[in-house]
Amino acid sequence: MQFHKYDVLIVGAGGAGMRAAIASATESGATSPRTAVLTKLYPTRSHTGAAQGGMCAALANVEEDNWEWHTFDTVKGGDYLTDQDAAEIMAKEAIDAVLDLEKMGLPFNRTEEGRIDQRRFGGHTRDHGKAAVRRSCYAADRTGHMILQTLYQTCVKHGIEFFNEFYVLDVVLTDTENGPVASGAIAYELATGEIHVFQAKSIVFATGGFGKVFKTTSNAHTLTGDGMGIYFRKGLPLEDMEFYQFHPTGLAGLGILLTEGARGEGAILRNESGERFMERYAPTIKDLAPRDIVARSMVLEVLEGRGAGPEKDYVFLDCTHLGEEVLETKLPDITEFARTYLGIDPVYEPVPVYPTAHYAMGGIPTNVDGEALRDNDTVLPGLYAAGEVACVSVHGSNRLGTNSLLDINVFGRRAGMAAARYAARSEHVELPDDAAETVEGMVQHLRTATGGERVADIRTELQQTMDSNAAVYRTEDTLKQALSDVHALKERYGRVAVQDKGKRFNTDLLEAVELGFLLDLAEALVTTALARKESRGGHAREDYPDRDDVNFMRHSMCYKLLPEQKEENAPLGLTGFTSDIRLDYKPVVFTRYEPMERKY
Amino acid sequence: MASPTPTDTAAHDTSQIPAPEGSITVTVRILRFNPEFDDEPHWESYDVPALPTDRVLNLLINIKSYVDGTLSFRRSCAHGICGSDAMQINGVNRLACKVLIKDLLAKGNKRTTISVAPIKGLPQMKDLYVDMEPFFEAFKAVKPYLIAYGNEPTHERIQSQADRERFDDTTKCILCACCTTSCPVFWSDGSYFGPAAIVNAHRFIFDSRDEGSEERLDILNDTEGVWRCRTTFNCTDACPRGIQVTKAIQEVKQALLFKRV
Repeated sequence: MQFHKYDVLIVGAGGAGMRAAIASATESGATSPRTAVLTKLYPTRSHTGAAQGGMCAALANVEEDNWEWHTFDTVKGGDYLTDQDAAEIMAKEAIDAVLDLEKMGLPFNRTEEGRIDQRRFGGHTRDHGKAAVRRSCYAADRTGHMILQTLYQTCVKHGIEFFNEFYVLDVVLTDTENGPVASGAIAYELATGEIHVFQAKSIVFATGGFGKVFKTTSNAHTLTGDGMGIYFRKGLPLEDMEFYQFHPTGLAGLGILLTEGARGEGAILRNESGERFMERYAPTIKDLAPRDIVARSMVLEVLEGRGAGPEKDYVFLDCTHLGEEVLETKLPDITEFARTYLGIDPVYEPVPVYPTAHYAMGGIPTNVDGEALRDNDTVLPGLYAAGEVACVSVHGSNRLGTNSLLDINVFGRRAGMAAARYAARSEHVELPDDAAETVEGMVQHLRTATGGERVADIRTELQQTMDSNAAVYRTEDTLKQALSDVHALKERYGRVAVQDKGKRFNTDLLEAVELGFLLDLAEALVTTALARKESRGGHAREDYPDRDDVNFMRHSMCYKLLPEQKEENAPLGLTGFTSDIRLDYKPVVFTRYEPMERKY
Repeated sequence: MASPTPTDTAAHDTSQIPAPEGSITVTVRILRFNPEFDDEPHWESYDVPALPTDRVLNLLINIKSYVDGTLSFRRSCAHGICGSDAMQINGVNRLACKVLIKDLLAKGNKRTTISVAPIKGLPQMKDLYVDMEPFFEAFKAVKPYLIAYGNEPTHERIQSQADRERFDDTTKCILCACCTTSCPVFWSDGSYFGPAAIVNAHRFIFDSRDEGSEERLDILNDTEGVWRCRTTFNCTDACPRGIQVTKAIQEVKQALLFKRV
């Protein structure tokens, strides 16, 4: 076991993690805190690189715009579950966030005057919904790639220290007279199988989402919700887990993302008969309605028999009228994805698409400085979260396109600064003697387990039940089915065995660990979804089709009961299943926008 | 777990791999090496079901999931943008998630065999895992970041569309190492910067906002720099992003010769 000591420890090297690292090392004003970044990949492999369409900021480079309109769109896009103070901060700081990236060297597309170019994106409008507005700053359809590369380049420039292929499997909390304080993290080094203990004054979780609970997803294989899972297992809350975004345009059957920027450039969704069906669902902004509305509309088209293809199970994204030049210069990557993976050339043919699991609106609850919360409002000192792993909540029940690249930059920076400043005024907290015990036990158990269950079987069945029962549309019955499946799979997971018993690059073992996180998060998602008897944003209940502000204008807080808590708190029995999950609720923050009916 | 047996197709029970309708059987040969058991790398073969639309990566995942959990390889995004799964597929460097089985099928009724080996020139650590550190060290050595002196502008820098276009091609690099590890010069001399590092230097040398070209050109004028390039074009062929790698290297050479960016 190796031991390391840092001031600020950042877990995850995607956009949020690296933006936090840069802020911690160079912008915090604190005297050069020792900052290290741990990533289970290499930094440039992170899934920020898969983001395509852009990052919104009211620069008003190409038409009138202002950050207040952006705030309103974010709140309305989130179906009024968005915390309005946080949304305002994000929209206001968006402008500097984009300019900071440009100054770091990000190669944005340019206008004829040489300024950062902007394009339309779903749900982003002029003057509170009057028409689509050009707000998304972009670099072709590889904006996320450029952000990831630029942030990594900037980290190299500042000599930020990375531990690559280190899997963080636990966070260490030390009990003090003022309650628990974060004191370190435990990592597993892929190359050697060695356990490393990192002591730090502050720790920023930036580990991304958990799209791999679903079968059809735009997410990478590595998006297994490790950070959320670690937090949840400590008995700490996850917020708004039922809100999972399905991106409308995944390549049919594969889930590979085709950017909303395509529709921003004028592409149109059509059903089997060629009808532009979004005119019926969102008469004003049509194909540029927010993702929850477009995804639901697409599923309805298919359910009502207007889908295309031999199984009538997808719709078309029609780019043929955009012309080869627009596709090759502004949308080159998605053009290539369609050609490579479906053998379809978007220049000449419409592309089969269907919603794909894309983004977790929920996650570790934080305040606007990225400080993690251990209940509705108590800060857990020393622990921070930013990016998809966190829930600020700026996205409410449905995130607008481009607001994730914005979120990682704005709140990655804020978390990094806050973490560095906290480190500057704090001492290292002593680690408990048994700090690494949980991880050692988990690894040792998996290395020696002899049960008959296979990781791939449990994972496949989990993904199938989540796709069938907890995707775009949900009902009491489907969610109960999903919950009972997840419980059965968790039981089988107890008998899982891995074949690779070795120390070197043992991804067999780590896939088993990751599956454990996925199962816990699936249970949290389904349990909160069952309890939310309304339809709002990314959570659509066929049996409760309307938004219910009287009973559900509130964030869900989901806790896993620790063994010692179980006796005192009987399971809620929400569903007739025994569960070790406790639910609580938290009010939404309102500043200037009253909830209204959501029409586009 | 017994140590892996030498090449012997019959020894691998692949019957647990789900075989969807329309799948055919292909043979995947993998250059395997587990330092905890093996003295040196050896080939093993697996007869596995495959759909024409499968990616090579799908087959590797199935072998790992249902036949031998010790098979180790990097992968993440699975659609060609993260650069994790660079490997030699039938002798050429490719991303396993961008090669479809339909493009590898043998002619006529012959059984298709797909050979998979780690990228060359970096130490093989286990199966398809190579040590990426030397690759990233070369990248870092060319100062792959914007260098600008003087006060920062309050708003964005102005850059014309033509100036932005000038370095567009080399901004696409995902640092997968397909190019560098396809280069014969890199194979014989690991201290050569290699194509990927030069591509990333190019990305900044030709960026009108950058003021660090001279520093970078000095670095690349070194004995291990651009002059080692023999314009074999392997790198251009290997690039999964379609970057004109050799052309970029030539442009850096010309900038050095004519002191002109």
